[in-house]
Amino acid sequence: MPNQREETLLTPQQTIETIDDMAKRIHADITRPEKRVVVGIRRGGAMVAEMVQQRLNTLLGIELPIGYLDITFYRDDLDTVGPNPVVGATDLTMNIDDQRIILVDDVLFSGRTIRAALNALFDYGRPEIVDLMVLVDRGGRQLPIQPDYVGKVVKTEENSRESIKLVKSGDEKLTVVRRFL
Amino acid sequence: MTSGTQVWDRKHLISMSDVTRDEIGHILETAASMREVNRREIKKVPTLRGKTVINLFYENSTRTRTSFELAGKRMSADVINVSVSTSSVAKGETLLDTLETLQAMTPDLLVLRHPESGAHAFLSRNLDTSIINAGDGRHEHPTQSLLDILTIKDQLPLIGKRGFEGLKVAICGDLLNSRVARSNAIGLKTLGAHVRWIGPPTLIPAQAEEAFGVEVFHDMDVGLEDVDVVMILRLQRERMQGAFIPSVREYFEFWGLNRQRLAKAQPNAIVMHPGPMNRGVEIASDVADDPERSVIRHQVGNGLAVRMAVLYHFAGSSVRKG
Amino acid sequence: MQDRNALLIKAGRVIDPANDRDETADILVVDGTIQDIGRLTDIPADTEIIDADGLTVIPGLVDMHVHLRDPGYEYKETIAGGSEAAAAGGVTAMATMANTKPVADDITVIRFILEKARLESLVNIFPIGAISKGLKGDEITEMGLLKKAGCVAFSDDGFPVMKSGVMRRALEYSRAFDVPVIQHAEDLSLVGCGCMNEGLICSRLGLQGIPNASEAIIVDRDLRLAELTGGRYHVAHISTLEAMEAVGKAQKKGLRVTCEAAPHHFTLTDTDIGDYNTNAKMAPPLRSQQDRNAIREGLARGIITAIATDHAPHDEDSKRVEFCNASNGVVGLETMLPLTLALVRDGVLTWKQAIAAVSWNPAGILGINRGTLSIGRPADITILAPEERWTVTKAALHGTAKNSCFIGHTMRGQVQKTLVSGRLVYSSERGIIRESAL
Repeated sequence: MPNQREETLLTPQQTIETIDDMAKRIHADITRPEKRVVVGIRRGGAMVAEMVQQRLNTLLGIELPIGYLDITFYRDDLDTVGPNPVVGATDLTMNIDDQRIILVDDVLFSGRTIRAALNALFDYGRPEIVDLMVLVDRGGRQLPIQPDYVGKVVKTEENSRESIKLVKSGDEKLTVVRRFL
Repeated sequence: MTSGTQVWDRKHLISMSDVTRDEIGHILETAASMREVNRREIKKVPTLRGKTVINLFYENSTRTRTSFELAGKRMSADVINVSVSTSSVAKGETLLDTLETLQAMTPDLLVLRHPESGAHAFLSRNLDTSIINAGDGRHEHPTQSLLDILTIKDQLPLIGKRGFEGLKVAICGDLLNSRVARSNAIGLKTLGAHVRWIGPPTLIPAQAEEAFGVEVFHDMDVGLEDVDVVMILRLQRERMQGAFIPSVREYFEFWGLNRQRLAKAQPNAIVMHPGPMNRGVEIASDVADDPERSVIRHQVGNGLAVRMAVLYHFAGSSVRKG
Repeated sequence: MQDRNALLIKAGRVIDPANDRDETADILVVDGTIQDIGRLTDIPADTEIIDADGLTVIPGLVDMHVHLRDPGYEYKETIAGGSEAAAAGGVTAMATMANTKPVADDITVIRFILEKARLESLVNIFPIGAISKGLKGDEITEMGLLKKAGCVAFSDDGFPVMKSGVMRRALEYSRAFDVPVIQHAEDLSLVGCGCMNEGLICSRLGLQGIPNASEAIIVDRDLRLAELTGGRYHVAHISTLEAMEAVGKAQKKGLRVTCEAAPHHFTLTDTDIGDYNTNAKMAPPLRSQQDRNAIREGLARGIITAIATDHAPHDEDSKRVEFCNASNGVVGLETMLPLTLALVRDGVLTWKQAIAAVSWNPAGILGINRGTLSIGRPADITILAPEERWTVTKAALHGTAKNSCFIGHTMRGQVQKTLVSGRLVYSSERGIIRESAL
């Protein structure tokens, strides 16, 4: 492996603060809390979703339902990268018909994951609204998908060889790391 | 989006000896996700949209063919069923010619059942398309083994075991003619289980102990002692003419699974059968239908999920390996 | 003399077991006959010289077990094509089995074969007649007339003679003409639908097995019949420890019993079937390691005195099918010599024993005037480079059929020249030579 340059975009503390801040903004927009459902996209989005849900629970004083989507079967890149040996579980036990979904992912890039997640979501029901919340938006969209809530915007050059990832450390702390490949 | 740098690059599924412990694990994990799909209101995912699966069965089969067909459809693949009766084969073209004709229609996967052992190995040397073995003669039936393994895995808490390591599995009956027994012996040994083969001496393959690393028993009461899983094989009635066993009556008396015999196994031992069952020949009805012990219905449901997982992994890899 | 044809094979290592010769010598061939051997001087001026310095000169090989498929199955092999494979393999005489179409159970068929051989074959062909009419195992053939027409032995090879009564009559009647009766020893009711050796590999592959007992039972029975009748009994392609031991015991008793082994049986085992390689399918099948070793031991102990190929050509289509449905048989003429020499390198046989097993001994069993470099005999001579390596490929094989179980194997020992009655029919530089008058 060549030497990788690494840079921390959000420290664990900043991650918490960013999510807190987003939760507050979402809370401000919520009109009918009983219809709200948090759905995290595996794997990074699921971790962010859990934190957002907890903050919202505190702010709203009720427990919002939370679900998880694995979008492996909805990906459009089977022909290029092949099947993923590890497929996570989708866990959406609540009825999502007419619900207002807060779809959560960690890093928004091309928009293809969100496209897949929307397709997956609609196989479970017909939600009334889907809001998109992402911790980091790194630009580079290939599809007409825009987030409703963004924690941090990171500028990346087109064709730049870098990755931005949410990393979970041993003590359950979440860090956002940028790696130049 | 993907986890780690692993990729699935196996092209054919012909024998259980082709897949590693990790790969079995991946298929079972995927199958678990597929079960979730099968529980949904809309039992369909777009994963294999635009892919073509040809089901080619040279032997009669209801459950395996249906299971593969539904698996393909639930993954949004286009599934074509081709049934070939052996009589028309005798009249006409060779297996390779038939397969080359079908290959010219550019399928992504060929799911094949054939009465001759080694038919798939032969074809895989002569064709580019990925081949999934849905049973070849007396050789192997890997997807049946995978679904059996998934079924056992589901039941491990009930059996009182944490994993396959040290699990005692008895496979009973017509082992000589059974591809299910061969695939299961290989697959279960890969996972660390102890496998026993129990049957009349005329229905045990030569040097079975060395060939498969199994323990062989002719006395079923002894063989079943302390086992965690009892897998009963179908006795192929047509083989009885070959004087392998003298009569059904005698067979059931000594190698049929009844309640008294099952009592020799662990108290929580589960009972499996790949189907279709001959009630009163290899298994008593009250054992087959016992909801506490029999997991035969679970096997069928898992069959669908496992075949979806297999199509997913192998259809994807076939594209890249071209 | 104007049309005198003289040829000197100079300074080769000459091995001729019949004369207990293994020395550097020259061989003078005149008009197709061996005229003199030794350190020759005073060579006539018009003599053609073949420099055999560094090469080994042996009697042309005698393969007593070959299927040429002609007449009837010319799409598999012909007398002409089979003879080219023989020439390339250093085989100058072959005995051809009777399972042609029509079966070689009648003098008209034998005459046809001999006439076609005279016109098209590069090497000597000695037909074997059927033991039973139509290979059906019921009635014995006209052995006397067939021998008179040119048959050197009798065999239903491809099928065993299953009925003890018929085998008894064959062994008994053949005594009148002093011809060997060659048995394809397989008990068909034990073979059943079997298509490979019964055992571990067979169980893994899920194929139906053929137990060793299938061979031993027929051999045991036939040895009792040989004792009963005093007939000359020969076991074709012996493949099992049990049968080899039984033949050894019978020989000790003084019965007129011989047997042959095929190179694939003393070289390969059932593991070489690999992933259902149909080119490794034959009858009797490749056996276990123990049996392979027993065949080598049988050769070393002199129980098995002949090496014969059971050369069985098949068209591609007969082998490009599922294992169980593939035809039995492998070609062997072109790999016979190097595989026999491997026995010398492995310490199983001496050079003289090895060469005897592929020339003098089978010639003796068949009672034919070949397999030696004696003065006055036809100059059937093979010149080889014993250390030369080559790889068996379809392209390297000269016969019509390419169904060798040694494709991809490296051979040590390469035929440089093959002479039949003094005429060069093959050389490693020129390949097959059809029109030559050396």
